[in-house]
Amino acid sequence: MDNKRVLIYAGGILGIVILTLILSQFHIFNSSRSFMFIVLLTIIMVLFNEIQNARKDSDSIFLRTIPGLKAVEEAVGRSTEMGRPILYVPGIMDMNEVETVAGVIILGHVAQMTAQYETGLDVPVARSIVMQAARESCKEAYLSQGRPEMFNEDMVHYITDDQFAYAAGVNGIMQRDKPAACLYMGKFYAESLLFAETGNGIGAIQIAGTASQAQIPFFVTACDYTLMGEEYFAASAYLSRKPELIGGVKTQDTVKLMLIGLIIVCLVMRALFDLDIVSFNLLDMIG
Amino acid sequence: MSFSTILGAWIAAFLTLGIFSYLYKDNPFYKIAEHVFVGVSAAYWAATFYWTQIYPNLFGRLFAVDSPFASMYVIDKGHEYNGLYFFPLLLGIMMLLSVFKQINWMARWGIAYTVGIAAGLKAFGYLSSNVISQIKSTAVELFSGELSFFAMSGDSIFNNIVIFIGTISALMYFYFSREQSGAYGRFTRLGVYFLMISFGASFGFAVMGRISLLIGRFNDLILFSNPSYNYGTFWMLGLIIVVLGYWSFQNPERTEG
Repeated sequence: MDNKRVLIYAGGILGIVILTLILSQFHIFNSSRSFMFIVLLTIIMVLFNEIQNARKDSDSIFLRTIPGLKAVEEAVGRSTEMGRPILYVPGIMDMNEVETVAGVIILGHVAQMTAQYETGLDVPVARSIVMQAARESCKEAYLSQGRPEMFNEDMVHYITDDQFAYAAGVNGIMQRDKPAACLYMGKFYAESLLFAETGNGIGAIQIAGTASQAQIPFFVTACDYTLMGEEYFAASAYLSRKPELIGGVKTQDTVKLMLIGLIIVCLVMRALFDLDIVSFNLLDMIG
Repeated sequence: MSFSTILGAWIAAFLTLGIFSYLYKDNPFYKIAEHVFVGVSAAYWAATFYWTQIYPNLFGRLFAVDSPFASMYVIDKGHEYNGLYFFPLLLGIMMLLSVFKQINWMARWGIAYTVGIAAGLKAFGYLSSNVISQIKSTAVELFSGELSFFAMSGDSIFNNIVIFIGTISALMYFYFSREQSGAYGRFTRLGVYFLMISFGASFGFAVMGRISLLIGRFNDLILFSNPSYNYGTFWMLGLIIVVLGYWSFQNPERTEG
């Protein structure tokens, strides 16, 4: 972070703390959640500032390379060469999960590539609202590439809400259609290894993206590339290079630095408290 | 034992063995089990959603005993009338209208509502459960004088230093605005090692859970092979082996290339 940014954020946080202190004098304000209020307003402030900066000049913003994202285009290219479809699994949860939302956004970018390369795309889903959202996303992608005639509503199709029945259905599709690339982007539970193992068995190039901590090990083991946690959330920004999304990634980075700083401050304050140098523990004030 | 219980056990044994037959290769028994599973679960979920969610929670409030429509129809599920529930009903109808091409844009309202509400709710939830609790767990005790320097498990100064360095280095790995090279790159590499160790532990834990699921299925198969179930497992196993053998003989595997 440059000095100008540090000054802006320090000033902003000071302002937010003062605002919180003023609001806490009123009965309508829940003082026990003051820290959460400060953190939320700080994140919003950083987000607005970073988006504004990205809108001014997004090309100059550096984002390091994520190997798994480069592989997405490679996977589409491989499918095109082999004349086989791409299987895209947007997880098993509904649109109220942030991972599913990210999965549907990335699906839009993948659909743009399949429209460009005239490659088949198959998206089996486990939730009705996800089906509707995924269809909208694909339709828009094919329209944006000037290939509306290639879009077919049935490329996004519902299987079932049940976790393992959905896994059985998707595995069946993999076995019979033999997709050249399998992309798993969303929230997964125990079915993750079933997908990844079957995909591995049919020789498909596999790219997974999820923030489900318990499932990342399975994807790491069985897939060619895995986008872990925040890499996955940053994927849409990398693929689209839209200023709003790049601003979001920069916000994540800035907030991470702030959190590391806060952890160090809390650690030092706790040590001072344990050594009886100060009389209060900062951790108690966090909530 | 009743006929229906034995029939259920035979069907369970057949479907379990049908799914296991996938270990040989994709075959008609696996396809039967898969399609029955998918079809039954889709219907089951639709019925379950209606009778456990929509009927009691939505219609139960719109047609409650004290509702203005009580003279027409009453659903008594212990709820009071709440007119606000017409809003989710309307959104649900708008979702269903997506089947009509000219007005399928209406479905977007339902999606927007779901995503918007979820974003607001989860923002607070994640901050509270993930971020704040992570800060509290990482700001560990180092200088109280009460901890031993090393312990195999539980709190110790060494373990607390590992927690602190592991958290910071893993966080830095997910910092995208800087190239991971030099000393900084080595520090983030340390974060990846921490992540991989935790993934390994998680992997082992999950595999143990899967083994217990497998044991559960085997327990059922062993139970259904008892004389009280007329040796259901053995009959189904024999049937699958014979038919699979015949099917393989009729459809010899073609080699490519």
